[in-house]
Amino acid sequence: MSSDQEAHGLDKDRLSWMFKQMVRIREFEERVKNTFEEHPGAIRGHTHLADGAEASIVGSLATLRGGDQVLATYRCHGYPLALGSDANAMMAEIYGKKTGICGGYGGSMHLVDVDRGFLGTSGIVGAGIPHATGAAWAAQIRKQGQVVLCFFGDGASKQGAFAESLNIASLWKLPIVFVMENNSYNVVTRVEQEDANAAAGEPLAIKAKAFSMPGVTIDGGDPIEVHGVVGAAVERARSGEGPTLVESKVYRLSAHGNIIAPPGIPLHYPEHEAIAVFGAPEEYEAALRGDPVPRFRARLIGEGTISAEEADEIAATVRQEMQAAVDFAWESQLPDAAEALNHVYA
Amino acid sequence: MARELPYIVAINEAIEFEMARDERVLYFGQNIATPSALEPFMDAFGGDRVRLTPISETAEIGMAVGAALAGLRPVVELYMSEFLLVAMDQVVNEAPRFHAMSGGQVKVPLVLKAGYGFTAGWAGQHTGSIYGMFMGVPGLKIALPSTAADAKGLMATSIRDDNPVCFFYHILLTLEHGEVPEGEYLVPFGVADVRRTGGDVTIVATGWMVDRALAAAERLAADGVEVEVIDPRTLAPLDTATILESVAKTGHLVLVDQATRHGGASAIIAAEVADQGFDSLRGPIKQITALDATIPYSEPMERFVIPDEDKIVAGVHEVLGSAPVAAKA
Repeated sequence: MSSDQEAHGLDKDRLSWMFKQMVRIREFEERVKNTFEEHPGAIRGHTHLADGAEASIVGSLATLRGGDQVLATYRCHGYPLALGSDANAMMAEIYGKKTGICGGYGGSMHLVDVDRGFLGTSGIVGAGIPHATGAAWAAQIRKQGQVVLCFFGDGASKQGAFAESLNIASLWKLPIVFVMENNSYNVVTRVEQEDANAAAGEPLAIKAKAFSMPGVTIDGGDPIEVHGVVGAAVERARSGEGPTLVESKVYRLSAHGNIIAPPGIPLHYPEHEAIAVFGAPEEYEAALRGDPVPRFRARLIGEGTISAEEADEIAATVRQEMQAAVDFAWESQLPDAAEALNHVYA
Repeated sequence: MARELPYIVAINEAIEFEMARDERVLYFGQNIATPSALEPFMDAFGGDRVRLTPISETAEIGMAVGAALAGLRPVVELYMSEFLLVAMDQVVNEAPRFHAMSGGQVKVPLVLKAGYGFTAGWAGQHTGSIYGMFMGVPGLKIALPSTAADAKGLMATSIRDDNPVCFFYHILLTLEHGEVPEGEYLVPFGVADVRRTGGDVTIVATGWMVDRALAAAERLAADGVEVEVIDPRTLAPLDTATILESVAKTGHLVLVDQATRHGGASAIIAAEVADQGFDSLRGPIKQITALDATIPYSEPMERFVIPDEDKIVAGVHEVLGSAPVAAKA
């Protein structure tokens, strides 16, 4: 083990596990994207991929322990995968099947796996931030040392719900870490078109100052850095010192979502906004060169943590897992129509 | 001269015409589409009057209220009606209140342009038909176009109206083509459109449901049932007179509404007819609405919740006490 690895406190097994989770998220997302051609019509509505954010997701979630909880956004495939949710049930949900993790009620934007601490997501930008803050209040009342991770995008920080929640979380010293995944785009506009801090050349983590909590900006493409910073924030939250805002800089490698279209028009993923809207293919190509999945693979192999063969084995195992997930989803039955009325009230 | 245009283009044509006509008209909102819906307007009218905003609905709609108080006529692009729920206070308890609370001193002319009813797998938070929620808010007007021509004419009227208007356009109609008059075109508020005349039963339908009601009426005509189909076009003000007149002729009323049964437009129309037209009714009023459930993602469950042609035909037979002619094989 190198001294660097000792410093971050992650052993070979843990690093290998983290790499595998990143590969699982990437492969799952690739299969979702591919479904638009492989099984046209199977996925409806809107899907949002987290490719480019795998290191940030896995590095963050690797800091949690049993009983901790997570809330996120409609870009939600990555978190439950890393928390241990069944890829078959997740894919079946996205295919609208009865065997889906939410029985076909929620679809891609609304995955939930309560048993693994994944309490849910909102399709409304910023709406999940107060939910996570409330879950952290519940954790504070329960006094079992639980921490809540709250994931949202840079766009959500322009919502009133962001300011209101961070103020209360800091005031009440709630056990929560706010992980803002800054992917530089608010759907199709760039962050500096929408954010006063970004326009002034400041990091978005500076917003934490307004709420008297620590704010840190990190390279969300480096899972070890993410793990270190989020881990320290989680420990701070767990010890009762209150919340932290972590700005995790990631680059979304796919467009915001599949095209928005009425039924009958085949859905697909359009070209990334950097190219389609801003005519900046060089920006996108640079992001691809910094792709966190191959980057982490190269690092682990370079540092002798795993061999190239081991990395290939992981990728092969994951390919099989996700092929099985697609097969399971495709072969599963649709729900009965009348099940629509099953969950109106609890 | 009329020409065929998609519904969404017809709306844009009205905004463009009104912006050229009246420099007080602003158009702003988030940018969630590629290419941006706002871009051509920015090119035509400049960055003072057309702006992209952050994802900040409370500020967007609240600032529209403020700009309107200060003499401008803002149109806010919200894309999805659920996004205006983020700013419910501004929509319900700010914009429509100021004129009355000031004793008529100030006006709040603004338009909230919001798509609704995207029942195409958008699951629970982007598919609602939420206009009914706003029908009990005095001071707020509600337009609900079902054709491309009405989309243009009602948007123009919305912009010229001196009150806050929720302009709810149906997302599943955006690419539907229809004949649209060129140039200045206004559809008055509070005037229903009788889309088909018939003497046996009155159907009142809104938005996307109008075409379904017309298709059901075709089928019923084959069974010898003559249906009158009315589209109110605006829910506030509501053209109760046209509906009552029709019910006086047919004696039967079927309401078709994509919104939930409780608190939707159909419940309010049913109450008005029961209140003012009871003597005309020769049978119970039938409501064919979405079922009271959060719209599920999966297609069979989604379809189950939403009114369709079969449900409308069955509803008409139910009120007439007639049996449907067996479907041809």
